[in-house]
Amino acid sequence: MKTKLQNNVAITVIRVIAALVVLILAFLLGDILISGIPHISWHFLTAASQSFTSGGGIGVQLFNSIYLLILTLIISFPISLGAGIFLSEYAPKNIFTATVRMAIEVLSSLPSVVVGLFGFLLFVVQMDMGFSILSGAIALTFFNLPLLTRNIEESLRAVPDLQREAGLSLGLSKWKTVTKIILPEALPGIVTGVVLGAGRVFGEAAALIYTAGQSATNINFGNWNPFNSTSPLNLMRPAETLAVHIWKINSEGVMPDAAAVSAGSSAVLIIAVLIFNFSARVIGNQLYRKLTATK
Amino acid sequence: MEEFITTKDIHLYYGEKEALKGINLSFPAKGINALIGPSGCGKSTYLRTLNRMNDLIPSVTMTGSIMINGQDIYSPKMDTVDLRKKVGMVFQQPNPFPFSIYENVTYGLRIAGIKDKQLLDERVEQSLKQAAVWDEVKDDLHKSALSLSGGQQQRVCIARVLAVQPDVILLDEPTSALDPVSSGLIEDMLLTIRDNYTIIIVTHNLQQASRISDRTAFFLNGELIEEGKTKSVFLNPKRQETDDYISGRFG
Repeated sequence: MKTKLQNNVAITVIRVIAALVVLILAFLLGDILISGIPHISWHFLTAASQSFTSGGGIGVQLFNSIYLLILTLIISFPISLGAGIFLSEYAPKNIFTATVRMAIEVLSSLPSVVVGLFGFLLFVVQMDMGFSILSGAIALTFFNLPLLTRNIEESLRAVPDLQREAGLSLGLSKWKTVTKIILPEALPGIVTGVVLGAGRVFGEAAALIYTAGQSATNINFGNWNPFNSTSPLNLMRPAETLAVHIWKINSEGVMPDAAAVSAGSSAVLIIAVLIFNFSARVIGNQLYRKLTATK
Repeated sequence: MEEFITTKDIHLYYGEKEALKGINLSFPAKGINALIGPSGCGKSTYLRTLNRMNDLIPSVTMTGSIMINGQDIYSPKMDTVDLRKKVGMVFQQPNPFPFSIYENVTYGLRIAGIKDKQLLDERVEQSLKQAAVWDEVKDDLHKSALSLSGGQQQRVCIARVLAVQPDVILLDEPTSALDPVSSGLIEDMLLTIRDNYTIIIVTHNLQQASRISDRTAFFLNGELIEEGKTKSVFLNPKRQETDDYISGRFG
């Protein structure tokens, strides 16, 4: 009788804790969405922001966030793919490998504001890149690299060794076994990780304040020459992102509708991150089905 | 007996532990050879020296020589990729790639650079027929190999090996994870291809060894105890240990 009672108590406690977590999340999301969604309109999503008058939008910030995310992925994905493959498939057990692993762990636990300040000193000041999208993208790469490398390494490791033996015993070289069998099998996990990581990068502010900068210069969406300073694609222009914008409005915003802009921006940010999280699942599952020919 | 595979004085160590203690064993070209013995006797380890799968384990060291078809497979000039095309392997657990049946069977060929669709189609049909699984899968070759039963998966894995047309096929307890019906199908299948391949099968199932093999080798504690025609090993074992093992007194 006593064990049964203990069992019931334990289950109830665990259920209450789980419900509490869901409640907190629901409350947060609900609060942000309910106060923010009324301010979202096509005008809000596309118009340039205003510093002193009301009626400003977040068009430039939204574009900057997406552009910065794409750049970050372009830089960090190939590097972490290589590192992940090395660590999972090739790395011998020695001091060098242990050092690499340690470095990745340290890098992943760095506070993002430290990454931002480091980026500021090295790229913005020392290498004279100024507050620019490129400085921001490299800082975000530092931030994203360890997580992505870990994710890729773990996805590859999750593929059973039997598959490696199958490939090798069939006369495939190690490299072909890795790229043609192990990597495709791990792809759904890798893609899920990349998209989840993208959500984190999208919402990152601290690492960008001192690297990509806090000003949204006017950009001309009719000019796609990346070497022109008003082009959206220009790498060297300062670029305030959505998350930085929210931080800035709340710390020093002087426009009359600051609260509304902040609420609307927060809602857009949360919705974007939610989309990333849900699509990570969907894309991962779809890919898995497609690759494995499961119907 | 003309020797197709000759292994001389094979010593193999996992770290400090000696797993094979000087194995001298030869196999003729074509036919089925069974390796029997209790768990941990070294028969699987020995099998994996023949396509150098033990190379993958960092702590393994090996001495001795292995000649297959006149080639020293441990010579520095030997390319393991070439070797493993000639010496195929089937594992205890069915391990199809998580792709379609068709892709599983053509994988080795396509990686080797064969693109001719007609040749690939022919090879798929021929291999799946040889592996006695064609009738069960021919209607939908493009469904996932993972959706098949364990026995069908194992036969697809065998077809995958047959498709690259090796000289030697190593089977490491290929039926121990399967039901008796599937095991029977695989045994029958091995008997139909015995004239074309040198087959070496590790098995815990003594009846299986006696039913299908031409020659049998008995391993115990990393040593080769006895080797010869299956009939004479089973009916007139020369050594007491062999007699004890096949009559079920231990192991």
